[in-house]
Amino acid sequence: MKLDELTKGVFKYNPIFYLVLGLCPLLAVSTRVDNALGMSLGVFFVLVSSNVIISLFRHWIPSQVRIPCFIVVIASFVTIVELFMHGYAPELYGRLGIYLPLIVVNCIILGRVEAFASKKPVFDSFLDAIGMSIGFTLGIVGIAVCREVLSTGKIAIFGYTLVPTFTQSPSVMMILPPGAFLTIGVIMALINYRSIRKEGR
Amino acid sequence: MEDLLVIAVGAIFVNNIVLYWFLGLCPFFGVSKKTSTALGMGSAVIFVMTCASAITWPIYTYLLIPFNIEFMRTVTFILVIATFVQLIEMVIRKYKPSLYKALGIFLPLITTNCAIMGVALLNIEKGYSFIGSVVDGFSAGIGFTLALLLMSGIRERLEFANVPRSFQDLPIAFISAALLALAFMAFSGMRL
Repeated sequence: MKLDELTKGVFKYNPIFYLVLGLCPLLAVSTRVDNALGMSLGVFFVLVSSNVIISLFRHWIPSQVRIPCFIVVIASFVTIVELFMHGYAPELYGRLGIYLPLIVVNCIILGRVEAFASKKPVFDSFLDAIGMSIGFTLGIVGIAVCREVLSTGKIAIFGYTLVPTFTQSPSVMMILPPGAFLTIGVIMALINYRSIRKEGR
Repeated sequence: MEDLLVIAVGAIFVNNIVLYWFLGLCPFFGVSKKTSTALGMGSAVIFVMTCASAITWPIYTYLLIPFNIEFMRTVTFILVIATFVQLIEMVIRKYKPSLYKALGIFLPLITTNCAIMGVALLNIEKGYSFIGSVVDGFSAGIGFTLALLLMSGIRERLEFANVPRSFQDLPIAFISAALLALAFMAFSGMRL
């Protein structure tokens, strides 16, 4: 079942809530929905391209030096994203700051390349990467929506206000670091609650 | 001299690498279950972070800038850090087996620890001098160890607490981290 490779990253093995990978950019960038979208685009491009490239070259990379090889491939794609974003979306580039180059050390990417792409054929790796990035996007955008609504009372994507005045008395704490930890803790507890109830049935 | 003190206090408390910059979260949640392992991981990070800051700064200033290839910093930094960690591991294993036993298992983990790379990048972004970068790297490591130790203390107590089933393990750790970060935010009121 080829489709399984795609969907497992979205729900069953969601990289954020199930595998708990890639937390650093997730919590730091989820202050606003548009930052979160920009970050997930970057992760999507890097993950898909490195998974495909590594999978293509998997028979030629000697296993002793595989990690440095992976890192070089990933870092090259991250540099491409950096240059591209700097050129076409300088404002977003400025807001993502050091977290954009830090995609290199994002454990989702190295994890998927090491655990999946270095062993499986190209098309499977391609699907796996797409599924994992959709899972990542769902997680980061979900957290960003919670934080932005609670901290500013509305959601604005690239200047367009989507949800006007959700609350009259927003809590600034949610946009600050504690809010990030609080949001992901509560979301994870909700997911656990659901699976516990499912087991009980 | 005073500048260095500002950098140090800023990196340890005000802009704590874990609780303000969200860097190094994987070890922060991964190895914070016991105080002893937290201390081992912390000392390994302090050591590597100081050395990594001391190495990446000259490379950026004297190699990348003169050749106008600043855009290569991501590739260069990650390679330098990965090589360096590997090198340290080999040296320690050969000459200080006792130290290797204490730090060894944590060293491979550190390569993909975003805190190391993050501090190297932050030093460049903030435009610190060489001494400033080394002090910043060292203090960021101390800040990391401090956060990790506090967290492991909390989690050791949580083992005996009556936590609701859906909050057990990671969710409650995240909530504790939120309270810890809230407490650390008080430091941002300090005028440096």
